[in-house]
Amino acid sequence: MKPFVELSSVSKGFASASGRVSVLENVNLQVAEGEFVAIVGYSGSGKTTLVSLLAGLLRPDTGSVNVAGKPVLGPGPDRGVVFQNYSLLPWLTVFENIHLAVEQVFSRDTDAAKRARTERYIQLVNLSHAKDRKPGQLSGGMRQRVSVARALAMDPKVLLLDEPLGALDALTRATLQTEISRIWQADRKTVVMITNDVDEAILLADRIIPLSAGPSATLGPAVSVEIERPRDRKALNHHPDFKHVRSRVIEYLLGSAAQRRATRSRESVPITLAKALEGT
Amino acid sequence: MLKFASARWSKGLFLPLLGISFVVAAWALTSSTWAPALPSPARTWEVSKPYILAPFEKRGELDQGILRFTWYSLIRVAKGYLLAILFGTPLGLLLGVSKWFTRSFDPIIQILRPVSPLAWLPLGLVIFQKPEPAGIFTIAMCSMWPTVLNTALGVRSIPQDYLNVARVLQLSRRKTLFRVLLPAALPYMFTGFRLSLGIAWLVIVAAEMLTGAPGVGGFLWQEYNALIYEHIILCIITIGVVGFGLDRLMGLVERRFKTG
Repeated sequence: MKPFVELSSVSKGFASASGRVSVLENVNLQVAEGEFVAIVGYSGSGKTTLVSLLAGLLRPDTGSVNVAGKPVLGPGPDRGVVFQNYSLLPWLTVFENIHLAVEQVFSRDTDAAKRARTERYIQLVNLSHAKDRKPGQLSGGMRQRVSVARALAMDPKVLLLDEPLGALDALTRATLQTEISRIWQADRKTVVMITNDVDEAILLADRIIPLSAGPSATLGPAVSVEIERPRDRKALNHHPDFKHVRSRVIEYLLGSAAQRRATRSRESVPITLAKALEGT
Repeated sequence: MLKFASARWSKGLFLPLLGISFVVAAWALTSSTWAPALPSPARTWEVSKPYILAPFEKRGELDQGILRFTWYSLIRVAKGYLLAILFGTPLGLLLGVSKWFTRSFDPIIQILRPVSPLAWLPLGLVIFQKPEPAGIFTIAMCSMWPTVLNTALGVRSIPQDYLNVARVLQLSRRKTLFRVLLPAALPYMFTGFRLSLGIAWLVIVAAEMLTGAPGVGGFLWQEYNALIYEHIILCIITIGVVGFGLDRLMGLVERRFKTG
């Protein structure tokens, strides 16, 4: 089967004061339709860059990004993005934030249909009581739910979650994980989620792909999570697969970080030597 | 309760009154010692009384109650200020949105910005050949810059997140402007509007002095020429109080439109 989301030999770097800094190097990713893939990596390893490439907010330096068989040339509502920092417009209410997206994507529908759609997605994330509030009057967890509702209401082909729960406290995080899991099982969208939490990835994803430590980060070998759904957080810890998946992902990440340190110290040797010689 | 009330009294009114009394005392001392031509506070009140107690009376073209003069000035300022906002806001938006536009026009703006109203007015007279539009032109030219610069700053400071939302939703240019750019920049713009209004009012005296138009500034200059110095002080106090009031008013509007 042809992959639904595909990155082939993608590299991306940024210009900096000391020349080009490579963020992602030779990244290859294939996601099947309806699959939930989690990409796990250290903070600062280029996870957000990866999402931005998929969203079309950034263009790769080399390689190609394809979604649903078409190359990604720019951002568009077929890829719903849930940003790490929610990205709600603070001057619009919950309803208006979601409705802005609905109006844009379903511009041909009647007003009543559009309103009904907005209401439905507010309901889906259990925020009907707060629909007339502005983001400033909501807690972090509620804001992120609005952001999820906005992305889902666009009926995207792919849902991109960029550390969606990163800024939340542990309890809210757990609640929202359960909620995302419930929503995903209801309509089985293709999801690419970025996270730094391996347990979260195991709870939600079909496949986990580690992202090595940056700079020049690349994707490691995928680990399938064969644990049956719905997954129960408490039972999960005792599942035989859980430890196995967890250790494989973590080992790869630790290994890549150790390797990174080793290369770095090798690189720094000549500089130290040169300095020592200068001193004499 | 009593203690609370007295604490409020000392903080809210007592200290400001103390400050004012101090300045009035210094003024009285100055006029009674080394600057005898400066009218004393009591004399200023005596001579100004007809203008304050019948604030809307019109006895002649250049002899009218102080609030009537203030009203003329306010109308003039409103016209110039409106022009400043009408031209300044789009200019600021363009500066904020386009790097090309900034590179082309920022230098000339930086050069025109510090030019004094006293310099613009003669040019206005040359262009318009009449004092009234020249005065309005001067007010607009001087008060425009805070609006321009703050609007540009507001647009430039819009978080990338909001722009990403607009891009992911593929909002049209028009929608991006009205649903994202303007609301996000609004708090900055209002700071600009407020500063602009302050300058517009500051410029009124200069504009009216040179054109001899009826208003607080014109009255001030005419009374200086007529050697009625008490009225100069009356005008200064009026200008100050009105300016303070305008600033407070804009502050309220500003708070009303705060987003975020």
